[in-house]
Amino acid sequence: MKTLVIYLVCEPETPELAEAAVDGGADLIELGFPFSDPLAEGPTIRLASERALARGMRTAQCIECLAEVRRRVEVPLVPMTYAAILEAYGYERFVADTRAAGATSAIVVDLPVEERREVPRVQLVAPTSTDERIAACATATDGWLYLVSLTGTTGARGEVSPALAGLVERTRALTGVPLYAGFGISTPAHAATVAELADGVVVGSRAVQEAEKGPEALRDYVASLRAALR
Amino acid sequence: MNFGEYGGRYVPETLIPALDELTAGWEAAKADDAFHRELHHLLTTYAGRPTPLTLVERFAPGKRIYLKREDLLHTGAHKLNNALGQAVLAVRLGKRRIVAETGAGQHGVATATVWARFGLECVVYMGEEDMRRQQPNVERMGLLGAEVRPVDFGTKTLKEATSEAIRDWITNVETTHYLIGSCVGPAPYPEIVRDLQRVLGDEAREQILAAEGRLPEAVVACVGGGSNAIGLFYGFLEDTDVRIVGVEAAGAASLGSGRVGVLHGARSSVLADEDGQIADAHSISAGLDYPGVGPEHAYLRDIGRVEYVGATDAEALAAFRDLARTEGIIPALEPSHALARARELEDEELILVGLSGRGDKDLAEVLRQ
Repeated sequence: MKTLVIYLVCEPETPELAEAAVDGGADLIELGFPFSDPLAEGPTIRLASERALARGMRTAQCIECLAEVRRRVEVPLVPMTYAAILEAYGYERFVADTRAAGATSAIVVDLPVEERREVPRVQLVAPTSTDERIAACATATDGWLYLVSLTGTTGARGEVSPALAGLVERTRALTGVPLYAGFGISTPAHAATVAELADGVVVGSRAVQEAEKGPEALRDYVASLRAALR
Repeated sequence: MNFGEYGGRYVPETLIPALDELTAGWEAAKADDAFHRELHHLLTTYAGRPTPLTLVERFAPGKRIYLKREDLLHTGAHKLNNALGQAVLAVRLGKRRIVAETGAGQHGVATATVWARFGLECVVYMGEEDMRRQQPNVERMGLLGAEVRPVDFGTKTLKEATSEAIRDWITNVETTHYLIGSCVGPAPYPEIVRDLQRVLGDEAREQILAAEGRLPEAVVACVGGGSNAIGLFYGFLEDTDVRIVGVEAAGAASLGSGRVGVLHGARSSVLADEDGQIADAHSISAGLDYPGVGPEHAYLRDIGRVEYVGATDAEALAAFRDLARTEGIIPALEPSHALARARELEDEELILVGLSGRGDKDLAEVLRQ
């Protein structure tokens, strides 16, 4: 069965929302630790990050949020953030404290594979990545590879990126690690299309939008994705 | 590619291959006489290099302050040195579209100018607050055929405009060159911009030797991202008797009151809180209103080669008015910060100041104060 990954920004309601996402069929939760200048994010996650910061969700609060999510759900939890957060908190301290709070790994969007090897993390590869870089990322990655399905920022799109098939093909030829694809995937139909190519589907911006409507809306939305992946 | 512990490439993977390509392209260009000939031709026949040094005795009686007159460069600021160089480089790399960010609008105007000259597509991101403050430059960019895209969130200034330009670049990286305006951003940008601006320091060094028969006792320049400063300073870094002073806006002192952090692809000294969240900068000058600074400046600060000090809005405004009234030169608000500190240096008599741009763009903002 394909893996369904749901991204949520850490906010006070997030533990309840994460529980709803898992009820709906999420296999893994990415927890966004908000940063003031998130270069890879489109408007939805950027705005959600601004809101979370305005509500006081700094690194310590996000780690508390992670711990509370851990108390409520069994699935793997992966903090997703930017290098600036780790730089300020301390790279190794970040790893230690998030692991202690229940994290399985981490994703640091703007930390290329050659930087900060002391941080075990899920590496990202993109359609622009060379085969050499894909191979390096696959070797270094912590569990699975995050395929950035398109050349661009996060956010819902009309269609699944035509670049994904080629990226999956190139990556499969280089590694046996599981490949989960994200960026621009928002509907059950998208999820079904992606599932024909990759081992898992990551849904971020649209999940954040559904989460704003409350746990029930999020659970129903995640269930609709789950149904498309069966 | 690093400057001590600063610099690096803190960007999403999508951009790394483009940075590799840029690094290789820049190395090839630097080694190619044809590149240097083309750039030199443009700088001399189009941009108006070399720019003169002007002695301003009425502005600072009792001192010999020379201004490096980048205000006389085509488009009115030093930004054109970098824009022309990167334009030639982008064409070599086969990029037909460029994006840029701008704060004061001077880099935006320089970029729009270059791309009108080269006949390519140009998009400039600018914060709404800066568009209000620097309306003449918005109109100039439009006239030159650039599309100015307002950035209406966050601080609505240079920080947000830079983030949006980088997001555009992430989206269009295969066709687009990001023409960054200062010595900031991921490697190799800080080095490229420095190399393209060091013409300023190299010229000034020769000129002051010709005029005075000796080196200046101090060299002073304003620092926002720090491109005119790094260019000017590079002419004098190895002259260890020359005191070098960078002047930041007091409310945007990334070096004076910042901490180590990551912003816009580089590790440098930034205005941030203890969690690494970037703080708002505050300056009357849109070109200095930025919470980061080039990583090489952080390095030069740490090794003690360059001192970085601050000037307030009020001090800059006073210097702005005084230079206009005593010398008939209307400086931009950015170098007015350098002028304010330079005239107060107690131990130095012969001083070189980078006059990075002209102040026409600032008249409305100054008259409003």
